[in-house]
Amino acid sequence: MAKEALMPYEQAIEQFEVVIGLEVHVELNTKSKMFCGCANIFGNEPNTNVCPICIGLPGSLPAVNKKAVESSIAIGLALGCQIAPTGRFSRKNYFYPDLAKNFQTSQYDEPIAFEGKINIELEDGVVFEVLIERAHMEEDAGKLTHIGGATGRIQGAEYSLVDYNRAGVPLVEIVTKPVYGAGARAPELAAAYVHAIREIVKSMNVSDARMERGNVRCDANVSLRPHGQAKLGTRTETKNVNSLRSVENAVRYEIQRQAHILANGGTITQETRHWHEDRGYTSAGRPKSDADDYRYFPEPDLVPVQPSLAWIEEIRATLPENPGLRRKRLMEAWGFAELEFRDVVNSDLLDQVEATVAAGAAPQAARKWWTGELARLANSQEVAVQDLSITPAQVAKIQQLIDSGELTDRMARDVVAGVLAGEGDPEAVIEKRGLKVVSDDGALIAAIDEALAKQPDVLEKIREGKVQAAGAVIGAVMQAMRGQVDAARVRELILERAK
Amino acid sequence: MSDLIHKSASELADLIASKSVSSQEVTSAFFDRSVELNPKTNSYLYLNRDTAIAAAKAADAALANGEKLSPLHGVPIAVKDNLTTTDAPTTSGSKILEGWVPQYDATVVARLRKAGLPILGKTNMDEFAMGSSTEYSAYGPSKNPWDLTRIPGGSGGGSSSAVSGHLAPIAIGSDTGGSIRFPAAVTGSVGAKPTYGAVSRYGLIALASSLDQIGPVSNTVLDSALLQDVISGHDKHDSTSLPQSLGSMADAVRSADVKGLRVGVVKQLDSDAFQPGVKACFDDTIAKLVAAGAEVVTVDCPSFEYAIAAYYLILPAEASSNLAKFDSVRFGLRVTPDGNPTIERVMAATREAGFGPEVKRRIILGTYALSSGYYDAYYGSAQKVRTLIQQDLAKAFSQVDVLLTPTAPTTAFKIGEKVNNPLAMYLNDIATIPANLAGIPGMSVPNGLAFEDGLPSGVQILAPAMQDAQMYRVGSIIEQMYLAEWGAPLIAQAPKLEVL
Repeated sequence: MAKEALMPYEQAIEQFEVVIGLEVHVELNTKSKMFCGCANIFGNEPNTNVCPICIGLPGSLPAVNKKAVESSIAIGLALGCQIAPTGRFSRKNYFYPDLAKNFQTSQYDEPIAFEGKINIELEDGVVFEVLIERAHMEEDAGKLTHIGGATGRIQGAEYSLVDYNRAGVPLVEIVTKPVYGAGARAPELAAAYVHAIREIVKSMNVSDARMERGNVRCDANVSLRPHGQAKLGTRTETKNVNSLRSVENAVRYEIQRQAHILANGGTITQETRHWHEDRGYTSAGRPKSDADDYRYFPEPDLVPVQPSLAWIEEIRATLPENPGLRRKRLMEAWGFAELEFRDVVNSDLLDQVEATVAAGAAPQAARKWWTGELARLANSQEVAVQDLSITPAQVAKIQQLIDSGELTDRMARDVVAGVLAGEGDPEAVIEKRGLKVVSDDGALIAAIDEALAKQPDVLEKIREGKVQAAGAVIGAVMQAMRGQVDAARVRELILERAK
Repeated sequence: MSDLIHKSASELADLIASKSVSSQEVTSAFFDRSVELNPKTNSYLYLNRDTAIAAAKAADAALANGEKLSPLHGVPIAVKDNLTTTDAPTTSGSKILEGWVPQYDATVVARLRKAGLPILGKTNMDEFAMGSSTEYSAYGPSKNPWDLTRIPGGSGGGSSSAVSGHLAPIAIGSDTGGSIRFPAAVTGSVGAKPTYGAVSRYGLIALASSLDQIGPVSNTVLDSALLQDVISGHDKHDSTSLPQSLGSMADAVRSADVKGLRVGVVKQLDSDAFQPGVKACFDDTIAKLVAAGAEVVTVDCPSFEYAIAAYYLILPAEASSNLAKFDSVRFGLRVTPDGNPTIERVMAATREAGFGPEVKRRIILGTYALSSGYYDAYYGSAQKVRTLIQQDLAKAFSQVDVLLTPTAPTTAFKIGEKVNNPLAMYLNDIATIPANLAGIPGMSVPNGLAFEDGLPSGVQILAPAMQDAQMYRVGSIIEQMYLAEWGAPLIAQAPKLEVL
């Protein structure tokens, strides 16, 4: 199987209306699994986090993890959904060796959250509203590894290994309503949507949200119809596109592939597709119809989940600010240039800068510390800047001492080094290292005079208008004073001497 | 002390508590008898002297330390083979689980151990509890101690056969549509299905999750009450287990009084469909209650007519899903077909070889009933019938304290008589199924021998949900009335197994 014939993208968009629908699976980071007490940990030795319940031994029964319900409600609320006062789990019946019970316990016709919406802002500021149909709870399956055979798929494999550590890990599946009107920007919107979901669940700390570990997985539905046609076209569902770039590329590919087929009088097969990131194409999976018969029926081993209004409101009260809205608010409040702000966001330093500003520092000063000196130090120590042992309050204190003239920039860097070395708060470091700005101009003037005497031509040059010549003397003075003076003050005094 | 085996569990518990006899002596007596007679009755699929005697010794040691762990401390017990036990294979009567030793104890089993009851062995049953006679057990039928050519009822025929044959003083059963009560009726013993949720199902190999309930099997009403008290109570491993306590059943039995009792007879279950001798016993029970001062009225439960039809949709539907896990991947039988053994072919071959005909029949029925396009007509309609039955019962219980019916339409039938006629087999549960559909408690108490065949008959007592104590109270009243007439429990009239 290789790439199929494609229609050029612009032509496809010109001829067809694009409709997309996204299903995002979020793995929750609860301590234990959805229906048993086993640890929910990624990467452990296979089949070590298992028990009679998650490997489906005869006689075992599920019991709902309350924390997982809480996280699911929180996700629903963050997506502007209504929360169902009562919701049953159902059984989705099908035979597959990664599914211990040969049915998946999942919410079906009674999702915990429904009817939400979320605004997605693209890079250039254009905003699309995406309607959320539902967010429901379910359990993950085990992980199959197919050994032998060329494709790494079950077909043709010699044998397969099953790891049930992942079986029963709590998932929330978020399903959008069909998204219309994105046109050429549909691929971009799909990626931005997944990015937004990832950012939201991460900000709430309900998921580790690492796409490379499968914490956030996306199935992308794409269909095309001629402009003006009311009936939706046949859709394909591209499974498990597991990076933002893949989401965008897979949607774009499907648009071009389907457009080519439709324009040549063909029909789209309703099926799942696999995305091959390395070579940039999708291939046919299994045929999928709306009549796939999973023989759903209400899970008789569980009582319905019935969150009280009080509990829902309690959860609502703990929700963090929507990440997008927060960025907008901070950008306005801080007045950074767009590049400066993006630097902070991309370095994941919004929390640090915000806290530093809250502790009294000016926004620009806070930004410079975190994206400048501190980022440099972290880089040289090979740790994340967020993990440096200095608090936003300490940074703000140091900045305050600079502003009041008690520390020079150079001394401040010394103080930071001291704090990072575990010498205590900035005040303690200043005390211990004897860092103090000399404010007695007498000693300073003496040092300046001494330096000027060694470089007699400097005063001449300054008088001739070459003010930058002062730099050479400033350096010498700073050295003589062991940095404990304000460079600006030194410059001021030199210029006075030259008058 | 050979007469130990004819004593009730409560009598044995008293003897053990007063140190007149040790748990080890009692356990040995039942164990030796079981080893001797099991070849005749096939009550047990598994017996283990070492674990039984070790548990009895531990019970004796605890008592020597002044620790009485429960009112049944030291009394040995038999456990139906669909409850998981870490020290004994658990097969649920199926070839597909032959030799499987579970990694965990069912909650009920753990509670028995904690209460100081030595487990004698695991009792026979219809495969996955599908049946009314044990003839669908993969390990051959159990026999009725009253007549070894007859069935001991099912699915819990191993437990009823063990208790009525004195191979165990008490036993654990499970009841999805009558699997405790029908066997009790046809063996002259007592059996109770508690309110749904009163006893944890954790570790019970599920037949139909919304109908299954574990309960006691015994020769006296007090023994069942004492056993229900030991095994009931909330379990965090079973979300459907009731959070609240239903009180002491033993207290209800001991304080039973007929005064003010209002009894309902269900119009739909008082017909000529019952064997005349069974009907005569039932009429006699009602006459005795009237004579004792109870008020008896007829109540109408029109939806009972649809109970069997609804039951045989809900049960197979749930069972088809519950039994999907038997796929050879993680435990149990694995059959690898010749040629190219793909996972699908291994699963299919295993299930083909491992499941018996009744199990396959119900899996097919249930799969069909849940299929897209048929769900509403079958499963959906059956759930509506369930609601209607609950409404009928609520209305009936607004007029009376309990409902009485004959437990079974006939006395014990001959082995082989109905095994090729599933519909006839299904009708055995006509009176017991409504309790499972509605989640209410029901028990069977012996009420005489049918005149035409001299075999035991039982009367069923149904009480409102969570009023298990009321059910035991009436069970005790009826038992006392018959004791006054017979001078001993009905079981004393059974032939001696040794000479059969």
